[in-house]
Amino acid sequence: MHERQRSTGSLLFQAFSLMVVVALLSLAAYPSLLHAEPPFKKASLIPLWSPQAQFAGYYVALEKGLYRRYGVELTILNGGSGNSPVEALQSGRADYAVMWLTTALRHRDAGIRLVNISQVIQRSSMMLISRKSSRIDSLQGMNGKKVGLWDGDLSIPPLTLFSRRGITIRQVPLTNTVNLFLRGGIEVTSAMWYNEYHVILNSGVDADELNAVFLSEQGVNFPEDGIYGLEKTVKGDPALAAAIADASREGWQYAFDHPEEALDIVMKYMLRAHVPANRMHQKWMLNRMRDIIMPGTAFGKLPSGTLDRKDYHDAGNAMQRAGLIGGYPDYADFTWRHDAVQ
Amino acid sequence: MRFSKSIVIRMIVVITLCSAGIFAVTLVVNYLQSRSMLEMELEENARNLASSLANRVDAELVSVAKVTEGMARSLDTAEYSREGLVSLIGSMLDANPSVYGSAIAFEPYAFNKQERLYAPYLFRDEGAVKAIRLDASYRYVPYLYQDWYQIPVELQAPVWSEPYFDDGGGNATMATCSVPFYYSSGGKREVKGVVSADIRLDSLTQLISSVRILKTGYAMLLSRNGMVLTHPDSSFIMNESIFSIAEERRDPVLREMGRKMIAGESGFVHHSLTDEPGWMYYAPIRSTGWTLAVVFPEAELFENVRSLSLTMAGIGTGGLLLLALVVAMATRSITLPLRALASATGPMASGNFDVELPAVRSNDEIGMLTSSFRMMGKSLKEYIRNLTETTAQKERIQSELQMATDIQASLLPRIFPAFPERPEFDIFASMDAAKEVGGDFYDFFFIDDSHLCFLIADVADKGVPAALYMMVAKTLLKSEAQRLRDPGVILEHVNNILAEDNESCMFATVFCAILDTASGELIFSNAGHNPPLLVGSGGVRYLDVKPGFLLGPVPDSGYETERITLRNGDVFFLYTDGVTEAKNREDELFGEQRLLEILQGDFSMAVEDMVHAVRSSVAGFAEGAAQSDDITMVALQYTGNGISSSAIDAPLIISKS
Repeated sequence: MHERQRSTGSLLFQAFSLMVVVALLSLAAYPSLLHAEPPFKKASLIPLWSPQAQFAGYYVALEKGLYRRYGVELTILNGGSGNSPVEALQSGRADYAVMWLTTALRHRDAGIRLVNISQVIQRSSMMLISRKSSRIDSLQGMNGKKVGLWDGDLSIPPLTLFSRRGITIRQVPLTNTVNLFLRGGIEVTSAMWYNEYHVILNSGVDADELNAVFLSEQGVNFPEDGIYGLEKTVKGDPALAAAIADASREGWQYAFDHPEEALDIVMKYMLRAHVPANRMHQKWMLNRMRDIIMPGTAFGKLPSGTLDRKDYHDAGNAMQRAGLIGGYPDYADFTWRHDAVQ
Repeated sequence: MRFSKSIVIRMIVVITLCSAGIFAVTLVVNYLQSRSMLEMELEENARNLASSLANRVDAELVSVAKVTEGMARSLDTAEYSREGLVSLIGSMLDANPSVYGSAIAFEPYAFNKQERLYAPYLFRDEGAVKAIRLDASYRYVPYLYQDWYQIPVELQAPVWSEPYFDDGGGNATMATCSVPFYYSSGGKREVKGVVSADIRLDSLTQLISSVRILKTGYAMLLSRNGMVLTHPDSSFIMNESIFSIAEERRDPVLREMGRKMIAGESGFVHHSLTDEPGWMYYAPIRSTGWTLAVVFPEAELFENVRSLSLTMAGIGTGGLLLLALVVAMATRSITLPLRALASATGPMASGNFDVELPAVRSNDEIGMLTSSFRMMGKSLKEYIRNLTETTAQKERIQSELQMATDIQASLLPRIFPAFPERPEFDIFASMDAAKEVGGDFYDFFFIDDSHLCFLIADVADKGVPAALYMMVAKTLLKSEAQRLRDPGVILEHVNNILAEDNESCMFATVFCAILDTASGELIFSNAGHNPPLLVGSGGVRYLDVKPGFLLGPVPDSGYETERITLRNGDVFFLYTDGVTEAKNREDELFGEQRLLEILQGDFSMAVEDMVHAVRSSVAGFAEGAAQSDDITMVALQYTGNGISSSAIDAPLIISKS
């Protein structure tokens, strides 16, 4: 941030000098302000689900005071059933939300001007899982089968894949358990690598008893969790947007560097939200988050949080072709980067 | 002291260690056997307990399932009004106090064409039965997509749900039994809705935790997904599954066990889900596919065995200490008299046999040893006294023998030159006795003015009898020689005298010769003696004389007198077999040839030197080996009648007298 300012040259410096002079003058006029704490900007963030390691970075950043260090007094709202992030943004209950790219594109198409300020998860972690005993060993094998899909935006990636491959399935709505799959009510279930896949394993099904297909390996790599705000919110206070994006990134970095501490924090928020909390499951989830937030950079630094241009167009194209959206905005219009703006 | 200590300590160590080993083995075997017996018994108990508990839970669940099934079947056939449905549920709840709540939920538009969803639900709320509608009360997920509804519809079969918190319905953690009911449409059976009956997890927890298992044991309920439903640690409930515990503990065995559990198997395993070792028996609850496990903590289970073993170990240790003490005392009682005996026999070892030995108090080995020592002391004392006496006697005999030797030596002429006034001959003799008193002798004496008699003899045997015999023989020979003057006759007479009373059968060899000093004629006779040597100017040779018979054993033996004439310088050399049969260390004999060679050496030697040369040669040959026979020599050189030394090959003039 500070580097950018320096690189913009003397014009900026002059403006800055002017501002300093004005500020000093006003301080002279109101001496009491000299002793005031730097004011924190209040803001709120809503994750797309109830507390779990999927959002470890945000809870860790909050708990470790990283948002405050960036001058933000952040509140993380409760996600989960009945707490739609988009509705929370629209209603003004939340300033920023964690949601999927597909979700954001759909709402953008519906006229809600969502802007991506940081792309956290760089690859899709969605899978289609079947039991080997059901003899479905390929995508084509799923044709005509009962496939469990979550309602709404989470069904966009698998439906895109099925429509692209011309596969017709019998769609069965999924809620938040894997029991329908475990009991044989459906033959295929969609699952998140970091969540349901592990739940299935820890219900006593061994990995070698399953066929698991990653959507990303089938050409449907829709980046998932990103941080979004309404365009007016972002434009109204770009510094706040930048602070939230940067502090969140630092939070993730800290969580990956200190996984046990991060788990402690996540578990604390889970118990506070009265959701079943299993540490081993959260540990699995945090490890998988590392895999999908930092793909190929196991020991490196977090990526900058930029939405990949190609991934963006792939997702937009696919959704458009599937008839899920009428069109999608320009990349530059959809994404906002504090570094690019100034 | 050291000796007694070492025995005491050795006894203590050996006996105590052996006993400790035997005791330890016994203790360990006892402990292990008790354990394995207890384990066998435990397995039986655990199986009975788990099975009966599982059956109790199952019975309750089965009864709920039956009631629900009954409701579903009545809904298949009959159409109910809203009130009818509520009263159907209500009467079911009244009849089944274990059921927490019950719903009849319809497929979209299945209750009527106007309403999409319809699901009346009655549940117990603070003592009263409360009626709500699930189509309205579920805020986020419609009942259509709740597990308790969706799964039986998809499977078209009765299903027990995984326990869940029914948010918006019963608002409790419960498990639901759901049974689909149907309608017929064109001969095809279609699902019309689902009847559900809820069991609160609390009631199962109460039932299970009411079973006391030892003090710290417990029963545990696991769902079909391995989820922990009841557990003493409430943080486990609905949070941990057996598989997550296995993952956390990195315990593939536990995971495998979990898979067996959810597969409906039963088993007895040494595992307790925690670090504390324990035993677990698990049995399936058939109706729900759940598992009931009974956990017995090992520490408590084997507490009795352990405390018994500890008591035994305590008693054993005390016993071992006592044993060590007793062994020490017993060993001391044995070693004390031994110590006394040892200190008493110390002076005995240095020769004092008059020491007082400790009194014999018992008839055991120590008593026998003391008696033996006493006897030994006595015997040794006696023996030493005898030995002292014998030694004194022997010393006396020794001195007497020495005297006898002196006397014997004094009997032989030993002053040389013997006849310095007679220039016509020279004579020299020597005798080295093998024992104190020898059996050899020689003699020479004049029987008249011109006749010298000289002789050499060897009495068989040595010692005193030989010496006495020699005395007799010598005396007889001298007296008879002076009377008879002919060697053959002399020997014959002496032989007859000796043979007369010769009861001890003693005998002697004698060579007797008489020299006529004027003519050099020498007459001689031999009684079994070694042939003499003649050393003349022509060389040395043995004279071929008649052997003659030994003197002494047989009377009337005839002896021939032979004669030769010595020339000037001739040496007549007599010797006993002590010379020729002298032995060296290799047992070789000195031999006649060697004697001959020595005398051949120097013809001009004086007789004395000649004898000495032979003596020193024999001594050199023997190299210090003890000689068994006397060594005696007599050498006579005739120097007086002007006849020159005889040629060695000249025929001897031997004639009978």
